[in-house]
Amino acid sequence: MGAGEQRARRPRPASGHATLMTGEADVTSRGDGQVHVELRHIFKSFGGVRVLKDVSLVLSAGEVLGLLGDNGAGKSTLIKIVTGVHEPDSGQILFRGQEVRGLSVDRARALGVETVYQERALAEQLSLWRNIFMGRPVSGPLGFLDVRKMRRITAELMGESMGFTSAALTPDTHVTGLSGGERQGLAIVRALHFEADIIILDEPTMGLSLKETDKLLHFVKGIKTAGKSAIFIDHNIFHVYSVADRIVVLDRGRIAGDFPTSRYSLEEVTEIMREVASTGKFVEPERYRDTRAASDADEAGGSS
Amino acid sequence: MNATVEDVEKTGAMRRGWTVRSFATTYASQIGITVAFVVLWVAFIVLAPDTFLDNRIYVSFAQTTPYFALPALLLTMVIVSGDIDLSFPSIMGLGMVGFVAVERTTGSPELAVLAALAVGAMAGLLNGLIVTIIGIPALVATIATQFLYRGLTLALVSGKSYALVEARDSTAFRILDGRLLGIPMQFVWLVLVAIGTWMLLFRHRLGQNGHVIGDNRPAAQLMGIPIRSTRTIMFVLVGVASALAGAMQSLQVSNFYPGVGAGYLLPALAAVFVGGTSVFGGRGTVWGTFIGAFMIGAIQAGIVAMGVAAYWTEVIYGGIILAAVSIHAVLQRRFER
Repeated sequence: MGAGEQRARRPRPASGHATLMTGEADVTSRGDGQVHVELRHIFKSFGGVRVLKDVSLVLSAGEVLGLLGDNGAGKSTLIKIVTGVHEPDSGQILFRGQEVRGLSVDRARALGVETVYQERALAEQLSLWRNIFMGRPVSGPLGFLDVRKMRRITAELMGESMGFTSAALTPDTHVTGLSGGERQGLAIVRALHFEADIIILDEPTMGLSLKETDKLLHFVKGIKTAGKSAIFIDHNIFHVYSVADRIVVLDRGRIAGDFPTSRYSLEEVTEIMREVASTGKFVEPERYRDTRAASDADEAGGSS
Repeated sequence: MNATVEDVEKTGAMRRGWTVRSFATTYASQIGITVAFVVLWVAFIVLAPDTFLDNRIYVSFAQTTPYFALPALLLTMVIVSGDIDLSFPSIMGLGMVGFVAVERTTGSPELAVLAALAVGAMAGLLNGLIVTIIGIPALVATIATQFLYRGLTLALVSGKSYALVEARDSTAFRILDGRLLGIPMQFVWLVLVAIGTWMLLFRHRLGQNGHVIGDNRPAAQLMGIPIRSTRTIMFVLVGVASALAGAMQSLQVSNFYPGVGAGYLLPALAAVFVGGTSVFGGRGTVWGTFIGAFMIGAIQAGIVAMGVAAYWTEVIYGGIILAAVSIHAVLQRRFER
């Protein structure tokens, strides 16, 4: 099957997921510039309501893309199209330059997309190992589960990646017994265990303590080092700005702005966001337009 | 790195070693209901020794409890997946229409049993499709099909009963209702189906996916779990188990009457919930349903044997069910996380 081939061809990250949580982040490091995901002219409506209008987007290896926008701007629809939950009405989705039609969640996962949906996507009454392997359990040809293996892997992940050292937690602990931060850790580790290289974080800092948020942001920075890519969705512009290479502002189903954090200060981004929210448009001030044109010229023939 | 090798080993050791304490807390409500079962049993033995120290009552339980316990076991899977099936008593009857039709044309009770199972599967499939494709909540859909299937049963046989006396010497009878080392085959089948159900629910992709669907359906969708097919298969399995139970009961009494199965709805549901399965989905137990079925099955006989005035039977019945479900509520809140 095509998905299998894709999977085999996908370069394996040099470092395992263990280092992602704890390894030193190198913010300047960029991947090989390979395009991981490209969306072209995506349209999507639900019951006559146009949620996405002509959205095009490129996500490259080693890049963290911050996706900002108000409630109802279409952020979650956009990521659900990348993850295969929704199919667009029209437009193309390309993974590593190849168009994929009829994308499903399974297919997207096989192509290396994993999503951290925070605790919304955990099954509370189920054990940790059943949550880690949700949707893709290790099983034999007849579909019977290899529980021993899943328990073992979960125990390893708990020790190495989640930093769960409490004796009260075992692979058989139910999610109801975890704190908010621990649940977040579980959701992240689940995404990373399957060697995803396109990681989507949907409001990952929601409900986290300051310390847990720091840990999470540190982890997102680590994604770049490993040559993976990420789309980071959050309401909190401070969180997004501190880790994102580019910020894409979505407003009422359109892309209202797409700018690199290296050239815009946090204050400027905040101002633009405010402007977009009130006017629905992002009018680039003269001074930015000049610098942007100049740097675009510098980068001509570059990665995109 | 804040996790050391020692920590990892510690987690590993915990993973392998069930201590008495961890076992007790993990299965607190299961242990609770089992103790309740034993207490009830001892009470019956003390209060009605003539009945409960006699082998015959146990043979009777082993023959009659499976008629509703078999559907209840598979119903447990449906409920864990967040659905419900109220139509299984009617499927017990509808399956037997298939049995009678094939038995009258081929003269083979064995083929007739297979026909009954096939009809049961079809009825379950229809339930599943109505619920997953049209999108009607299972509670509502199966109230409708419960009437539909019972009505079809009555209409197809014009409300008549059929004698199945000639099938008493058949292999089908020996397999479903005979004895194995003195144990009624109904009970043997119940144990086999219970083991199979446990395997499917806890050691198979089907049950893993069903658990997730019942616990958090939006999450199941986000994780790419085949929600429709999983839920549909659960309904099909209940249909097959119900048809099997219908054939067992009809062959045992050598008679098919179109009302077969009627009256099993509440005992089966009671067995599932007395066993500790969550009505909200995501959490269930096969052992609990098994034990629950025998508690429900024994209460009636027990109360009668104890010589309590018949008027009080249902009061005690309800009290015992409430007590059992309370044990789960309290123990699960207290111990299980």
